[in-house]
Amino acid sequence: MADQRIEPILAKSAASGASAIPAPIVVVAVPKLGRPKGLGHLLEREHILAGVLLAPTLVILTLFIAYPFVLGIWLAVSDKVVGRPGNFVGLHNFWVNLNDSIFLRAFQNTFVYTFIATILKLMLGMAAALLLNQHFRFKRIVRASMLLPWIVPTVLSTLAWQWMFDATFSVFNWMLMNAGIISRRILWLGDGTMAMGCLILVNVWRGMPFFAITLLAGLQTVNPDLHEAAEIDGANAWQRFWRVTLPLIKPIMLVVVLFSMIATFADFQLIYVLTRGGPYSSTHVFGTYAYEIAMRAAKLGQGASISLFLFPFLLMVIVFQLWYIRRGD
Amino acid sequence: MAESESVTSIDRRAFLKAAGVATGAAVAGGIPGIVAAQKAPSFPKGTRLSILEWVSFVPASDVEFKRLAAEFGKLAGVEVTADLINMNDLNPRIASAIETKAGPDIIMMINNWPHLYADGLADVDDVAEEIAKRDGGFYDISRRINMVDGRWKAAPFTMGSGVWNYREDWFKEVGANKFPDTWDELRKVGTALKKKNLPVGQAFGHSLGDPNSWAYAVTWCFGATEIDDKGKVVINSKETIEALKFTVAFWKDCLDDGGLAWDDSNNNRAFLAGTISATINGASIYFVAKRQFPEIAKAMNHAHMPKGPAGRFYYQGGQAHGVMKYSKNQQVAKEFLRWFMDRPQYDKYIAANDGYVGGPTPYWEKHPLWEKDPKLVTFRDAPKFGRWTGYPGQPSRKASEALVKYILVDMYAQAIKGMKPEDAAKWAEAELKKAYA
Repeated sequence: MADQRIEPILAKSAASGASAIPAPIVVVAVPKLGRPKGLGHLLEREHILAGVLLAPTLVILTLFIAYPFVLGIWLAVSDKVVGRPGNFVGLHNFWVNLNDSIFLRAFQNTFVYTFIATILKLMLGMAAALLLNQHFRFKRIVRASMLLPWIVPTVLSTLAWQWMFDATFSVFNWMLMNAGIISRRILWLGDGTMAMGCLILVNVWRGMPFFAITLLAGLQTVNPDLHEAAEIDGANAWQRFWRVTLPLIKPIMLVVVLFSMIATFADFQLIYVLTRGGPYSSTHVFGTYAYEIAMRAAKLGQGASISLFLFPFLLMVIVFQLWYIRRGD
Repeated sequence: MAESESVTSIDRRAFLKAAGVATGAAVAGGIPGIVAAQKAPSFPKGTRLSILEWVSFVPASDVEFKRLAAEFGKLAGVEVTADLINMNDLNPRIASAIETKAGPDIIMMINNWPHLYADGLADVDDVAEEIAKRDGGFYDISRRINMVDGRWKAAPFTMGSGVWNYREDWFKEVGANKFPDTWDELRKVGTALKKKNLPVGQAFGHSLGDPNSWAYAVTWCFGATEIDDKGKVVINSKETIEALKFTVAFWKDCLDDGGLAWDDSNNNRAFLAGTISATINGASIYFVAKRQFPEIAKAMNHAHMPKGPAGRFYYQGGQAHGVMKYSKNQQVAKEFLRWFMDRPQYDKYIAANDGYVGGPTPYWEKHPLWEKDPKLVTFRDAPKFGRWTGYPGQPSRKASEALVKYILVDMYAQAIKGMKPEDAAKWAEAELKKAYA
């Protein structure tokens, strides 16, 4: 069984390297001194003080984000295997990947998985948020329980799904058969396309609450007066949603979609627990394939190059995200 | 349980007496002085030894391992810690230990890992050769997977095999009084069983054990191999195509169609639930049956891999212990392995395993544990037919790459899904050429 420890280290470093957290703003009251001397005198100078204040953040960023990320890039352009120093091989690893049919399948799968899952999460999350935004009894309890799939450790919830998809004991098959809908069991994970569908389903189940709760927060900032005004002007419910609600919550929606895309791109646990990339390598994504190559075949360089394929796409996503958020400034 | 233990202990005593005669010379010839002779500790005070192992399927085995490790600690005056983790978590732990040059002194090596991690492992020639000398030689597979370029990189520890688990009662119902000895006969029996809605079970998904047990063994049984002894890819052969055709026919005629979705645990559950009549597995199904489903334990038995045109083969792993190159306690580590693998200790360990694993040398086939339960005898004899990933070439890093890419498994899985056998063999050839490049 896979557990939380076996996340693809390299994929993670690539992903986290790209999503650097902006340095926190630190406000420090500098005491007034009669005549600054020594250290106090030095700190009076703005550029020195700025440097001192920024230093801890810089050190943390360098140690925990920049260093692993640069190491990831170095590995990807080296022939490093476990226990041996690596030699620089340029883009050789990337070339090998592009000629590897399993990699190309993983490449395609990563995009299919991310885009379909994100779109579904957005649609269902929005629907759930609109429902939760209504007034009804036990509203708070329902809202809180929405978050459960997101809180339960992925490995645990995925194991439960594994049982539900089990070839012999699937509860879905049992229900469908007893309801007379199917006469033969469905092999949920026994076919490439079907297995990919199941993986997307579990990802949507797990990720949708994040969308729902965040969008709900967005919906609650929409001024009810605007809806009333639109209603008086004769707008129906759909028009009010499309013309009033959606434009107002668009910024928060975009941020949620982008965060979710980054997480889904780099997904590992869910797929590794359910299919390990099988059957016939039809459900490998970058994360799972990189893990097999880097950890189980001990080819750290090649594995890093697989997970670094994520980087250009994540970079584009992040550049867009930053551009969009700053546009309003 | 208590009753059977008392019987064995008498047997074991007799066995040890005989063993003592055989080992006497070796002991006098320099077996670990310190501990074997129960002398006072000779290691500096505060010496520590840390061991990383898998969690065995047999809990009693882990208990015995820890007990023996603690006993060594007391005798040698060393603080011993034994951490047991899930087998799947060993690879990342080993990689980070070797790369950071810090971690346990001894780590369990499974399958061909000594080849994979050779650069991070200290030579243990003296330990391995001592065992070989005492026991009269290792199984061929123990030697091949643990020896890299003529040096022992890990000390062979145990052999675990996946053999056929089958329902004797149901096989008899379709006229098979014993398990078929050839693949063709098994197909006939399997066809009759599937007609009775009692199919044979075999995984073809991505998991470490079962799918490979079929893919490698069947390929060899039909006379095909991934590479030749020089490392040249030779998979695209008429023998491979025969093996593929056989597998596709076997899938249609005999196998449970859930197999493509199975991992290593599905066949255990299906067998115990009575939905399949036979499957390749370790002794885990039988052990669980004995505890929880005695009627299944009574109705089942184990049998060897059938023979193909080229003979009988098992895809086999085996466990070993690597002493890490970065370790500052290599001497203690080696002493521990010497002591552990010596007969009085290893005898207790192997007995605690109850037949789930056997020893690394044919010597242990004579252990009385094998007389306890005739249904486990197949496991005793399987390692003789064991071959390694990359056979007949080296079980190298490249062989590992082919293994983790599931090239052979996927070759069969794609043929089952409808790819022409010729195309599946061609696909495997192209992929293997990249892995073995």
